[in-house]
Amino acid sequence: MGSFLGIEYNVWWFLVFGAVITGYAILDGFDLGAGALHLFLNKEQSRRIALNAIGPVWDGNEVWLVIGGGAMFAGFPVAYAAIFSAFYIPFMIFLMGIIFRAVAIEFRSKEPMLWWRKTWDIVYCVSSVIIALSLGLMLGNVAYGLPLNAEKEFAGNNYSFFHPFTIMVAITTLALFMMHGAIYLTMKTENRLYTKLHLLANNFTVFFVLSFVITTLYTLLYIPHLCDYFKTHPVSFIIPILMILAIANIPRQIKKGKYRYAFLSSAITIALLLIMVAIEVFPYLLYSAGAPENSITVYNAAASAKTMKILLVIALIGTPLVAIYTVFVFWTFKGKVKLDETSY
Amino acid sequence: MDAEVLARIQFAFTIAFHYIYPPLSIGLGLLLVVFEGMYLKTGNKLYEEITRFWIKIFALIFGIGVATGIIMEFEFGTNWATYSKYVGDIFGSALAAEGIFAFALEAGFLGILIFGWNRVGPKIHFFSAIMVFLGSLFSAIWIVVANSWQQTPAGFHIVGEGINARAEITDFRAMVFNPSSADRLIHVWIGAFLAGAFLVLSVNAWYILKKRHLDIAKPSFKIALVVATIFSLLQLVAGSRSADGVAKNQPAKLAAMEGHYDSSSKADMYVLGFVNNKEQKTTGIKIPGGLSFLVHGNFNEPIKGLNAFKEDERPKQVNAIFQVYHLMIGIGTLLIILTLYACIQWTRKKLFDQKWLLVIFAWSVLLPQAANQAGWFTAEMGRQPWVVYGLLKTSDALSKTVKANQVVFSLILFIIVYALLFVLFLYLLNKKIQHGPGDHGEREEIEEGSKRNNPVLQQQS
Repeated sequence: MGSFLGIEYNVWWFLVFGAVITGYAILDGFDLGAGALHLFLNKEQSRRIALNAIGPVWDGNEVWLVIGGGAMFAGFPVAYAAIFSAFYIPFMIFLMGIIFRAVAIEFRSKEPMLWWRKTWDIVYCVSSVIIALSLGLMLGNVAYGLPLNAEKEFAGNNYSFFHPFTIMVAITTLALFMMHGAIYLTMKTENRLYTKLHLLANNFTVFFVLSFVITTLYTLLYIPHLCDYFKTHPVSFIIPILMILAIANIPRQIKKGKYRYAFLSSAITIALLLIMVAIEVFPYLLYSAGAPENSITVYNAAASAKTMKILLVIALIGTPLVAIYTVFVFWTFKGKVKLDETSY
Repeated sequence: MDAEVLARIQFAFTIAFHYIYPPLSIGLGLLLVVFEGMYLKTGNKLYEEITRFWIKIFALIFGIGVATGIIMEFEFGTNWATYSKYVGDIFGSALAAEGIFAFALEAGFLGILIFGWNRVGPKIHFFSAIMVFLGSLFSAIWIVVANSWQQTPAGFHIVGEGINARAEITDFRAMVFNPSSADRLIHVWIGAFLAGAFLVLSVNAWYILKKRHLDIAKPSFKIALVVATIFSLLQLVAGSRSADGVAKNQPAKLAAMEGHYDSSSKADMYVLGFVNNKEQKTTGIKIPGGLSFLVHGNFNEPIKGLNAFKEDERPKQVNAIFQVYHLMIGIGTLLIILTLYACIQWTRKKLFDQKWLLVIFAWSVLLPQAANQAGWFTAEMGRQPWVVYGLLKTSDALSKTVKANQVVFSLILFIIVYALLFVLFLYLLNKKIQHGPGDHGEREEIEEGSKRNNPVLQQQS
């Protein structure tokens, strides 16, 4: 394997993949969160505004999932094959969530009947919750590990995914997205809806902090392999400290009504959380619980050096382009939501 | 049924359903650029109405296309893990490039296209339409490159053995420009333009029949007819180039397409027919030696038949391949006749005078859709038993850890969900078409309607 700036290609690709997943979590995180809290808004007008707050951007946000899938398929094909075939049933449920959510957003506004809109509101909310929970469940399993055989294939069953730790990670992910989504919506709304979302943002922040603290305590006490790196590299402890500062800044900014800063803080929280997970799992892409020698790592799952090089070039050209359109689209739709004839 | 058959059924079902939508997005994308371009050039509000109407339909189609497309990206990993490991280097790179270069462009600018009318100026809006269209074209490039590599692998070498064997890129350019990718890409693009053009033709033919929105329907029909005629004719060229490629690179597929078994004899070309795979006999209306002529320019030259291949290295469902292939050819021919006839009527200023012609056009949306599906079934079934031609068998490509009962579960789920989606799609599409172009007050109408039926809103207002 070749290297660039003294870092091996496959480690570079791990960083690129991590960056894409972080981008996905920050961007789709707020629209998934907005979906998960949708039913807390009970007026038709409020729901429409909330939906239109994410309307022009959610499709673009989901692109990051597609890029992440492609990045993993191309760079770490062994991991892509093992992880998605292992998570077969949970992943199918996740995909159903993706389908239903997309069509709920699209279909809801197409009929005026109350029953029609209420049905799609429920579909939109439930599918957003399912997507957030299953993303968290998969992340938890990747960190905790799954039983793998010598061929690096999944050797467990459908119950292998459910463990107190993975369930806690799933709930924490949901809480994180709901907080993030509520903060995003406060930036996009006015008047009474804004007041309501301000309250929701506060409540979800409490929900997130509680679930985060419990998950962290559990990890420290019961899952030593996830704490190794921090034990042996005390410098890395700066990351959890920064994260706690970022989390603490969220309610502070909410209180001051500075939602942009609150949103920035929750985005930073997401990024630091994922950096922490990345540090914990590296070099494992999927840890083999019980038989660590069967684990899938960035070294044994990687594509060839040639492909890695091509991928890095693609990422170097593509990422700035994607960043430009993303900024352009968000800038076009900046400010509070105004409904017009093109709205949902 | 075993896991392999089930996984194949699931893949075929999910990809065939998905493929209803992307060609419509690509084709409508082209027409949106044309319509909005006409608006910018002439300043005629009529074209703005047309553009706005088709953007609404585009949004509906695109939404389902994205949702069903994400499934495809992950289905390789869930059901075809061995395949994914084998081709990850190559297939994965193409998918990654698709995501970052194509889909991001398309989905990013889609927001502006749909919701941006009052946020950006007309030029930036038109620019967004072009970006969405380009994104969809780029998307097709990478997907067709990935699939073409499965048909005619190039620019790689095999590393490792048995379960650990993998194809690795040695030459990226050769991988992308493998022997079939350019021909097949053009064939796919044109198929998509036809799908979009005929959707526009269908809807407007129906308006003209019902005498509705005539001021909008007639010019839209004419614009779409120009696009449809050009591409129906070009598809003849692109299709025959694609067939030449099959003759050169995948002789077993070519033999199956025409039900040709005996390598020592000339090969016929059928118009209609039936293949009995057991007796290895093909009967029907044919041009004797037609295939030999197409391939070699000589009616008597022998062509490699199915018998030249080992039993387990040639496709088994020969009749099915024969039928879908001929369905595609038949429809392609029909589209040329139909569009040329309509153009002749147009020059005689009788385009909208014949009711029967408009009735055919009103139903014509189904034709390119059926041809696109049939063409892909020919390509994919004709490649069997290989998933990567000559390298990896479909039966060796499965996820070993996924059991038949899990696939049954997901397959049933897909069938139910997609059936529901399809019904809702048709219902909403029909509603939008019934409502028709023009009338910006649609939203207000909906809102009023909801207020009438909605006690909460009544209180609020």
